Amino acid sequence: MEQLTQFTSATTVLAIDDVDTDQIIPARFLTTTTRDGIGKALFADWRYDANGKPIEGFPLNEPGAEDRKILVAGRNFGCGSSREHAPWSLHDFGIRAVISTEIADIFRNNSLKNGLVPVIVDKETHQWLLANPGAEVTVDVEACEIRLPDGKAVAFPIDGFARHCILEGVDQTGFLMQQQDKISEFETNRPWQP
Amino acid sequence: MSGKSLFEKVWSDHVVVPETDDTPAVFYIDLHIIHEVTTPQAFNMLRETGMKVRRPDLVLATMDHSTPTVPITDLGASLDAVSDPEPAQQIRQMVKNCEEFGIKLHGFGDAHRGIVHVIGPEIGATQPGKTIVCGDSHSSTHGAFGAMGFGIGTTEVGHVLATQCLLQRKPKSMAVNITGKLQPGVSAKDIILALIGKIGVDGGTGHVIEYRGETIRGLNMEERMTICNMSIEAGARAGMIAPDETTIEFLRGREQAPQGEDWDKAVKRWLSLASDPDATFDREIDLDVSQLEPQVTFGTNPGMVVPISKPIPSDTGDASFRKAINYMQVNADQPMTGTKVDVVFVGSCTNSRMTDLRSVAGILDGRQVADSVRMLIVPGSQSVKDEAEAEGLDKIFTAAGAEWREAGCSMCLGMNSDKLGKGELCVSTSNRNFEGRQGPGGRTVLASPETAAASAIAGVIADPREVA
Repeated sequence: MEQLTQFTSATTVLAIDDVDTDQIIPARFLTTTTRDGIGKALFADWRYDANGKPIEGFPLNEPGAEDRKILVAGRNFGCGSSREHAPWSLHDFGIRAVISTEIADIFRNNSLKNGLVPVIVDKETHQWLLANPGAEVTVDVEACEIRLPDGKAVAFPIDGFARHCILEGVDQTGFLMQQQDKISEFETNRPWQP
Repeated sequence: MSGKSLFEKVWSDHVVVPETDDTPAVFYIDLHIIHEVTTPQAFNMLRETGMKVRRPDLVLATMDHSTPTVPITDLGASLDAVSDPEPAQQIRQMVKNCEEFGIKLHGFGDAHRGIVHVIGPEIGATQPGKTIVCGDSHSSTHGAFGAMGFGIGTTEVGHVLATQCLLQRKPKSMAVNITGKLQPGVSAKDIILALIGKIGVDGGTGHVIEYRGETIRGLNMEERMTICNMSIEAGARAGMIAPDETTIEFLRGREQAPQGEDWDKAVKRWLSLASDPDATFDREIDLDVSQLEPQVTFGTNPGMVVPISKPIPSDTGDASFRKAINYMQVNADQPMTGTKVDVVFVGSCTNSRMTDLRSVAGILDGRQVADSVRMLIVPGSQSVKDEAEAEGLDKIFTAAGAEWREAGCSMCLGMNSDKLGKGELCVSTSNRNFEGRQGPGGRTVLASPETAAASAIAGVIADPREVA
């Protein structure tokens, strides 16, 4: 996983509530057995028409969208299926943070493991971001805050361990592997066996 | 100090290392169910890092999502004849991965190949008090047994394969108290759709739901699975139901259920899992289902749902509502009944078990699927298929003009050969009506097996109470 401490980027705004992971990446693209090039399938049915031509007006088709690292989305982003292909495709496209008032549990968990920062903000900040696409925003993982163009800082919650992993660019598997002795002890001593 | 809830008991029983401010809990997993779609990258990770599968004996493997639902005789030319190359390759990769890592695979030809959340319970691997995960969000299904089941991503699939553990923060708890006797023609699917309509698709975010109350106690295990299955559609981490005599009778004698003295011990432990009378929850919701009608969705998420006799809500200018009804080509203030149906799909981890198939057969028996409707009935597993055929249900289905298929996820998610065409409307017993979920441009109306069967006969969305 790449190291992320802070980054500044113009935002792309997708002002739709309850965007589900079937929209982020439709199931027919999940037949891959790797993660290569998965950004091409990001929002496939909203980005392209039936002939594969980009649909004008869709935010991720705007000129320069591929250089933007921050997606501002409607409430309850990432609901639905557990497919990690969703954060993979956002990350592969170039997105490093999703900002909303609410982000679905499994998607948030998957994002944190892939260097995609889920940022939960208050309604007022969210409204401002939705109304100002392209605003230059800084996401500071170290300080657990985003900074708006006027310099205003807005704190966001992030699990301490997930933050550590993102800041250091390490994945969580290593930490779990270090627990093997405790896991063996648990398996031996539990009162019943699965 | 208040008593412990079912969820808290299962949670605390699996904490290997407690959580601190700095680190989440190391949390033990008793059963890991895997399928071909969300595991290949996890196996690649194991391969690249030289790691082994820690407990292959606690892995239940099958193939369901990208598999065809027409018969195949081998994984070579026969599979290629009915599948696109990528899903076929994914299926072969699953066989290879299971062989390489020493995991028993319930593959083609196995009596227990089928949908992950159908085969776990049917072989008795799903048991009260277990923690059960799968790279599939409908893992909440297993909560019907008083297990804690939840969906995980592929990175976490790798964690469980390598360490049998996950890093977890303890979720919040929510009690949903369900009371009242269901009217004829109304079933478990209607209860869960009504609940999601009430609390919203994010109403359960961050919570584990416990479904309680007299109505739940009166449901059989398959009906309970239907309810727990869709907990994720309310955003919940998991949905659970306390084990009782119904749970125990279901599990008795199943292949992987404990036997003899172990069975007696297990039953005693399972019955002690119910929430203590003084257990408290972070949130409580009451739902009276005595006047509940069959439910149908009108929009593009499961929370956009109405009782079948009522109109779609009025347009108040909400952008998501407008986007949804435009996509669905339905109108505010109009009922869903009478809407032309192209396809009816009975199947998925929500409604593909014997209870569901018997309900559908009861309505189709002696009747005909409308000429304009294509109806697919897809059993949840090979074993469900065998049982349905032994009862003669397949004869009823085919005589009515429906297609009777091989087990799998089929048209629930549009990643195998069973897909909707652009603009087609499907009344579906599955769990998600997201845009394009059943195929690009397809329109999904979620409903119970009863409503699906009634609509298949009528050729339009129809109230099952008027057919039965």
